[in-house]
Amino acid sequence: MIDSMEQSDVLSVDNLSVWRGERCLCRNLSFRVSTGEALQVQGQNGAGKTTLIRVLTGLGRADEGDVRWRGESLRRNSEQYRASLSYLGHSNGVKLGLSPRENLAIASALLANPIANKVDVILDKVGLSTHADLPCGMLSMGQRRRTALARLLLADVRLWFLDEPLASLDIAGVTLLTDMLKAHLTSGGIVVFATHQSMDLAPFPVKSIMLGTSA
Amino acid sequence: MRLTALIERDLRLAYRRRGELATPVIFFVIVTALFPLALNPDPALLRTLAPGVIWVAALLAVLIGQDSLFKTDYEDGSLELMLLSPITLEWIVILRVFTHWLVTGLPLVILSLLMALLLDYPTHALGTLVMSLFLGTPILSCLGAVGASLTVGLRRGFMLLPILVLPLTVPVLIFGAAAAGRAAVGDPVAAPLYFLGAMLILAITLAPFAIAAGLRISLES
Repeated sequence: MIDSMEQSDVLSVDNLSVWRGERCLCRNLSFRVSTGEALQVQGQNGAGKTTLIRVLTGLGRADEGDVRWRGESLRRNSEQYRASLSYLGHSNGVKLGLSPRENLAIASALLANPIANKVDVILDKVGLSTHADLPCGMLSMGQRRRTALARLLLADVRLWFLDEPLASLDIAGVTLLTDMLKAHLTSGGIVVFATHQSMDLAPFPVKSIMLGTSA
Repeated sequence: MRLTALIERDLRLAYRRRGELATPVIFFVIVTALFPLALNPDPALLRTLAPGVIWVAALLAVLIGQDSLFKTDYEDGSLELMLLSPITLEWIVILRVFTHWLVTGLPLVILSLLMALLLDYPTHALGTLVMSLFLGTPILSCLGAVGASLTVGLRRGFMLLPILVLPLTVPVLIFGAAAAGRAAVGDPVAAPLYFLGAMLILAITLAPFAIAAGLRISLES
């Protein structure tokens, strides 16, 4: 029974400690997020939300402890892990010299299972269909963020890691993101996100961890 | 198919910022042109110096150009996406180095013909000069890319890169300039060209691993 649980889509973190220089961002942090669940990372500015999310994606390195996906340590199975996650960081990962359409084409080239023919539908969904062929440098910050959100819809992956996903989004953009997250959770996805604002993802359970309280 | 999409992206971006990419090439032309002005413009003297001057100028131009290799990708977050892609990072970086060489190194190889004439380099040896640069500049690109991967996160990495990489480029410079110099006086050039070829193969096969590791370290913090 426990074995089959370990094999399913669970992101588990065991006794994770992350240091930044001399400062301890988290010590012996453990949690589990399974399919259909969201995890919100909270904390003040500088508490280490970004660092923690980067450690969870495998970009950063933990000083102690382990991140496991489907029961396997991501250190041992990083290629498969990378094929099952999408990451939206502080910076959008959007090339300003390329249009949203070209940016999505590149993003899909970097995926394990690209879904190229969905690009038009996705651009329409994030409200960029009229600006799809303008260079992103000419678009507003919010529109660039929407291009980055479109990238999430391009990939058929279970895990979403979002760092400050609400940054520069307008009210309609926040609604769009909330709907995207709910749709992702409905389809059995997992969302780990860091924001200051509270996000209403009801009826889905939102776990939360607070960083920086022990320090 | 997917890898060609990456090459296409790089070439398209290169075309849209062609002014910036032309800088190393213009640098190469200007530095080479300065020597006849600073030295005695005696054709015999210039002819002897030509291989060395062209090679040193090409070396510096390539290294200066490598600084921008991963910079914008680092700043706009694209580099993180490359690292998180299930596609092997080593493939992605060697393609990037290749396209970057195509738009900065190759024009330099072609322009070296013009600069050789300016320095009264014998025309019968032009083929060897171009060949030596054609084999040598990709090695310099690879070495420069290793430096660029390590300095990408630094604000003042611009000057650090040549300092880190220049000592490593010495063998390339020696064999490259030797090939061009020997050709000018009619000596056999096979040995230095073979050495350049061997170093090129070594660079292409080993550099991707070093570059990828450098990028992973740079993005860890």
